[in-house]
Amino acid sequence: MEALISVMIGVLTACGIYLSLRNRTFSVVLGLTFLSYAVNLFLFVMGRLTVGAPPIISDAQTKYADPLPQALVLTAIVISFAMTAFVIVLSLKARADLGNDHVDGKEEA
Amino acid sequence: MNQLIISPVILPLLIGILLLFLREQDIFAKRVITILSLITQLSLALLIIQAVSHGNILSYALGNWPAPFGIVLVADRLAAWMLIITALLSIFAFIYSTLGTDRVGRHFHVLFQLQLFGLNGAFLTSDLFNLFVFFEILLLASYGLLLHGGGRLRTKAGLHFVVVNLAGSTLFLFAVGTLYGILGTLNMADLALRAASVAPENIALVRAAGLLLFSVFALKAALLPLYLWLPTAYANTSAPVAALFAIMTKVGAYSILRVYTLIYGEKAGPAANLLEYWLLPLALSTIIVGSLGLVGSKHLRTQTAYLVVVSVGTLLTAFGLSSTLGISAGLYYLPHTTFATGALFLLVDAVLIRRGDFSDRLDPGPVIASHHLFGGLFFITAMLMAGLPPFSGFLGKFMLIKASLNHPALPWVMTIVLIGGLLSMIALARSGSLIFYRANAAYVDETITKIKVLPHTHRPNTRELLPIFGLLSLCLAMTIWAEPIIRFTNATALQLLSPEQYVHAVLGKRS
Repeated sequence: MEALISVMIGVLTACGIYLSLRNRTFSVVLGLTFLSYAVNLFLFVMGRLTVGAPPIISDAQTKYADPLPQALVLTAIVISFAMTAFVIVLSLKARADLGNDHVDGKEEA
Repeated sequence: MNQLIISPVILPLLIGILLLFLREQDIFAKRVITILSLITQLSLALLIIQAVSHGNILSYALGNWPAPFGIVLVADRLAAWMLIITALLSIFAFIYSTLGTDRVGRHFHVLFQLQLFGLNGAFLTSDLFNLFVFFEILLLASYGLLLHGGGRLRTKAGLHFVVVNLAGSTLFLFAVGTLYGILGTLNMADLALRAASVAPENIALVRAAGLLLFSVFALKAALLPLYLWLPTAYANTSAPVAALFAIMTKVGAYSILRVYTLIYGEKAGPAANLLEYWLLPLALSTIIVGSLGLVGSKHLRTQTAYLVVVSVGTLLTAFGLSSTLGISAGLYYLPHTTFATGALFLLVDAVLIRRGDFSDRLDPGPVIASHHLFGGLFFITAMLMAGLPPFSGFLGKFMLIKASLNHPALPWVMTIVLIGGLLSMIALARSGSLIFYRANAAYVDETITKIKVLPHTHRPNTRELLPIFGLLSLCLAMTIWAEPIIRFTNATALQLLSPEQYVHAVLGKRS
């Protein structure tokens, strides 16, 4: 499972980096979204992968999942949601103001 | 528990929310509320600096969760110093914005308060993840402020700024995640303890996370090679926002100072002195590149933005010496450069609106109204920025060079800082002579049909002059009362270099 998750994070990051280096705002936004998915997964597994272990203390349990990364990832998801929404609106504004969707606002010759 | 520490964080948030409800109200009411809030923040910062001036470090556990399990806010000398600088700068930047910038969009006042909420929080927090959250808050507010007013160039620069910072935020989270995965904590004091006793097989990971964090802070501070977003962003935004952003790069410098004296400081065992080979060379290269940009600028606002890059390089050179004297020199230079840059952005705006279509282009243009006054102010500000005696810029650079006397990198520091100063002086002298000396009444006659606002009718306004004079007199005050200020920055540097005090104040008996 560790191998699968780490490969997934790696693939998401690689796609994110590739797309965010493209010259159209649409791919850049997608790339940033992929990067934030990758980092959310990464944060989540930093509490180690556990199966069938609750994060809340109870008498019947001996094994626990780390609750903190879950809280962190929730915050990170909310923030990246807001940021993605913002960057989409900004890209639309740039498309309207600059007349095209190139990140530098110019069509290639 | 002392509620004073959280008040500079809570106040702008509450006022920001209040202003959101008042959005349909008269602009006068919103301005009065903002000014009152800014003055209260200044008083709170003064109270905090008084409370920490005897070397004690105050900590505040949010929700009474004991450290390291809950989030802790910590006020020490450095945090209080940054709070004061932010409060002073924001008051003057806001006064200038009442000339009209705050009218052109809807939520300027709200964003201004939220920007301060993020800044004050970032300076006070002692939790790495919370630092990330406050970074996001101040960035989101800064995106709004940067784009405030709209315009093609502003949108283009804003897009770059936002995308670059989003990538930076992702890196920040990767670094935070790595540190948590290995050390199991996010409280900075606790991180300092655990980093010192990390298992040998994990040292490389802890160091990698530290360098990843450094790249994020370097991006915020606009250190080479991550400075490219700065010149266009700062040159194309409105003047009061650019003046307020003079503190934004300092947040990165602050974080570098905080994290790398506390978690990766000299006493951090295997992870100690992480930035030894990175910070100083990068900071010096930033000065070189910034100075070249300065000389090559064709617009006065771009030139001012490159002065920000140079000042970041100088500041981080001082921090990069990682000695008491070096850090103290940096902490003296920090408010000086913040206030002087703020004043220059406002002054340039005051000049460019009087030049009609010539705007801030570095070409001889019309003789502007009140050219004696503005020329004189430009001369003083340029002297401050270039670090000429007898002003605070000179004192800051003098302290920096004095601090580097026993450092092996002395020849590099001395050469580059002095050449950087010389190039700043040449560039500003050239701009000053093009705009003021070579201004020609004939240009007005040729282009008078094109100039929409006749320059001669522009009389200086109090709300225009007050912030410029205010920021310049703060620099003057720093020169006059240099001795007590340097005593304070020395004490701050000593406090930073003995992180066990900080750890003890946060974790109490556990340490």
